[in-house]
Amino acid sequence: MEPMAIANTLKEAFPQGVQDILEYRGEVTVVVRREALVEVAQLCRDDEDLQFNYLSDLAGVDYYPAEPRFAVNYVLFSLRLGHSIRLKAYAPGDDPVLPTLTGVWAGANWPEREIFDMFGVSFKGHANMRRILMPFDWTGHPHRKDYPLGYEEVQFSFNYERVQRQKPHPKE
Amino acid sequence: MFTGLDLTHSTDIETDHKTVELALKQLRGHISEKAFTGDTMLLNMGPQHPSTHGVLRLLLELDGESVVSCLPDIGYLHTGIEKNMEAKTYEKALVMTDRIDYLNNLGNNLAYALAIEKLVGLDVPPRAQTIRVIIAELQRIASHLVWLATHILDLGATSVMLYCFRDREHILDMFEMISGQRMMGSYIRPGGLWRDLRPEFIPALRKFLRYMPRKLDDYHRLLDNNPFFIDRTKGIGVIPSQIAINWSISGPLLRGSGVNFDIRKAQPYSGYDQFEFDVPVGQNGDVYDRYLIRMEEMRQSLRIIEQALERLPGGPVRSDNRKFVPPPRAELGTSMEAVIHHFKLWTEGFVAPEGEVYVRVESPRGELGVYLVGDGTSKPYRVHFRTPSFWNLQSLEWMVPGYMLSDLVAIIGSVDFTLGDCDR
Repeated sequence: MEPMAIANTLKEAFPQGVQDILEYRGEVTVVVRREALVEVAQLCRDDEDLQFNYLSDLAGVDYYPAEPRFAVNYVLFSLRLGHSIRLKAYAPGDDPVLPTLTGVWAGANWPEREIFDMFGVSFKGHANMRRILMPFDWTGHPHRKDYPLGYEEVQFSFNYERVQRQKPHPKE
Repeated sequence: MFTGLDLTHSTDIETDHKTVELALKQLRGHISEKAFTGDTMLLNMGPQHPSTHGVLRLLLELDGESVVSCLPDIGYLHTGIEKNMEAKTYEKALVMTDRIDYLNNLGNNLAYALAIEKLVGLDVPPRAQTIRVIIAELQRIASHLVWLATHILDLGATSVMLYCFRDREHILDMFEMISGQRMMGSYIRPGGLWRDLRPEFIPALRKFLRYMPRKLDDYHRLLDNNPFFIDRTKGIGVIPSQIAINWSISGPLLRGSGVNFDIRKAQPYSGYDQFEFDVPVGQNGDVYDRYLIRMEEMRQSLRIIEQALERLPGGPVRSDNRKFVPPPRAELGTSMEAVIHHFKLWTEGFVAPEGEVYVRVESPRGELGVYLVGDGTSKPYRVHFRTPSFWNLQSLEWMVPGYMLSDLVAIIGSVDFTLGDCDR
């Protein structure tokens, strides 16, 4: 099926759940309300004409300072029919929670943990919602846009003193 | 990461006990109840262990010698590459992609370059496309040779490791010819390639094409009917195809389970649809099948390279769209416009439109995807790498239980992950 046709099928099935349909360079994204995400995903997997049995990718994006701030993109692919589509679900910054899709595609397990680790978006119903890449006692979520990258300031003669003061030196 | 059994910070025995209790509490539900009564043993494998192929830590629950549960713990090699790329211009960020999967450097370049080209709508000349295919396939062979070397070394055969690294050296020499670097080449750039092939590359490649099939025959002779090898790989680490699909496993691991899915065939890129090659598919989904598949993939890669060499077209190797690709050095002396483009591209960089694209390629390990978000500036707003090692590695959790501890080593080798690829 053509991506646009798939998007329209989903829109017909969930007139309330599907918020928007975006297209860029032939790739179609279906923006789904988070309340309807699991149902839409289940339809995508089980429908005879769709058969999205393969979850290709999960990618989180932080649109700070816009609201709703976080988005998670689910790239779906059908091994049998060879077509693909993208689902997108937004989560607001003050309540960054999305339903888990591990019940639909088991492979979403680690990627959802990664998004929790990097963005602080937690997935409701996930069996093991813990950090995966960062140390367990880390504070903050590194991929958020308001999380500083952190770098060492280059030392010149005009700022030598100031940079020297800020450097971590061993204590006596 | 697990707090699990990390006793390095405590000094007295009482704190030790508290830490262990806390750690065990966290593990409840992930390991069997027998571990709490002491009927089974918890064993830490890694992060520094020769057969974990990097810094992978496995928390194993053992009943005698058989594995009851296996909890992989990753993140030791997390370097924040995705975050760092957001702070660089599109072209400067390219050098970081080499470092993601250190056995598939130029393949990572390819995936990232394809994503940029799709995002901004950039053309690639036919000569560059064909050279990209040659390089991607050489990289596949090099990566599979390292897999074979380390996998067989884990199973106890030392000499195969030496042979494989000897053969891989020929490929690295060729990479050095074209890019000046053995490993971190950054040779594939948005819009084409860094520069044209050096004249000595083609003869070296032809020599390699004559040399490599004989060596592959040797490996087959060494291993195919070797009773030790068969005992340790047949019927080990079986993944049923339905489960493999549901867990989004990709690459030789998925094809070993009998699913015919290769992105070079399913969604061809860089002109792969013009080449004739077969996709080997296994039947049993065990370690031995994955061995056969990777061996056959090397042969098919040689086939693709041969075809590509035959039809290698002439012409430029980089797009002449000056808004994205810097002009050749010679033009700078004669053209004012070229100077302006040169200055703009090496200071501000090119501007990508607002949009989001997902591009995927078949890396030696499986599906390598790049999710790229542009926001109308010269820096990527978000780059996400869907790395095959990360997605394949989660299968260890349910693939290992039930097998012996020594089988675990064979299974880890057959997954063929690199931790750099996994943790990014």
